[in-house]
Amino acid sequence: MWQAIHEELAPEGLAVITVAIDRSLDDPRPYVDSAGATHPSLVDTEHRVADLYNLVNVPTVLWIDETGRIVRPQDVHYVSNELASITKFHNRKPLAALRAWVRGKAPAYPGDVAADTKVADDTHQEARAAFAVAWWLSQHGRDDAAERWFVRAGELAPHDFTIRRGSMPIRGIDAAGPAFFEMVGDWAAKGNAYYLPLPDTATTADDYEVEPIDEMSLEALRRKIDSER
Amino acid sequence: MTTWTVIDEQRVHTIDPSAPGDMLVLDPSLLGWERKPEGLCRDEVCVPVPTDVPTGPIDAALLARLLQRPLAIDNNEHVAAFAASAVERAATLRSGMAPDFELPDVHGVLHRLSDFRGKKVVLYAYASW
Repeated sequence: MWQAIHEELAPEGLAVITVAIDRSLDDPRPYVDSAGATHPSLVDTEHRVADLYNLVNVPTVLWIDETGRIVRPQDVHYVSNELASITKFHNRKPLAALRAWVRGKAPAYPGDVAADTKVADDTHQEARAAFAVAWWLSQHGRDDAAERWFVRAGELAPHDFTIRRGSMPIRGIDAAGPAFFEMVGDWAAKGNAYYLPLPDTATTADDYEVEPIDEMSLEALRRKIDSER
Repeated sequence: MTTWTVIDEQRVHTIDPSAPGDMLVLDPSLLGWERKPEGLCRDEVCVPVPTDVPTGPIDAALLARLLQRPLAIDNNEHVAAFAASAVERAATLRSGMAPDFELPDVHGVLHRLSDFRGKKVVLYAYASW
């Protein structure tokens, strides 16, 4: 669905760049091809962009202006409402804000971008060092040692799901299975949110009244995911 | 003597350690850090170094402390990784300028973020997990 936004807003000066934080170029390619994407569809296997921009989960959206300035801090939204009944994210306000920004009708963010930018502390960067060791070990067949370092990375940065969930496929763990649900449940039980959308375009009840969504069952979602593999 | 793999922000170096045994002792110049009067310098960055730190090979953990960068070190597997310092990453993000990067697309073609200067950019990070 980013392809549709790309086609709509490219003539008005927008470049859509997607980045798949995945194990190899093979992982996102089927999805990108079936979406007919003509915008750059990048792959970040080494978690380089994750480190530079402190991306702790996906999806994450960043807006950058023509001069290379970040004009809206990390946000969470989906570009289509296909999964909205499951994700609880409605695209109405985020897409309206995106169009308004691109067309020069509104600023990208009502707040102070620098003040509201979340940065990593020393311990989090330690987690990234641990993840780099884990990744290298896993690429070289040293799975037991890799597993120890993936676990350590997750312990050092329990809020970093790019590390904790992103490492699951590498470790042979189903990232949509019981281990994932246990991890998220444990996180929520401690009073934490799994996603932190920016408040100005966060989903509210009126979104569903203005633009009703279709219900999608988890079973239908699984079928869709399998068909895209 | 086993060689070590030292990962320095995605650059992978294979290093012959300068000391026997399992500890990693290496010459900072192997990672691009040159000893100058100002301290240890790489590109435009210099970090001050106490004068009693020897030139030549030093313990990796000491090097990490001097550079104020985290170091993960596996003395059994002989793999170590330096990550970027939190201070450096935070300063870049809070400066407001989007850090440049170069990544392949799904067909292996490389792109840089800076290729898109002059356009508004939406960067959308997602994953199969």
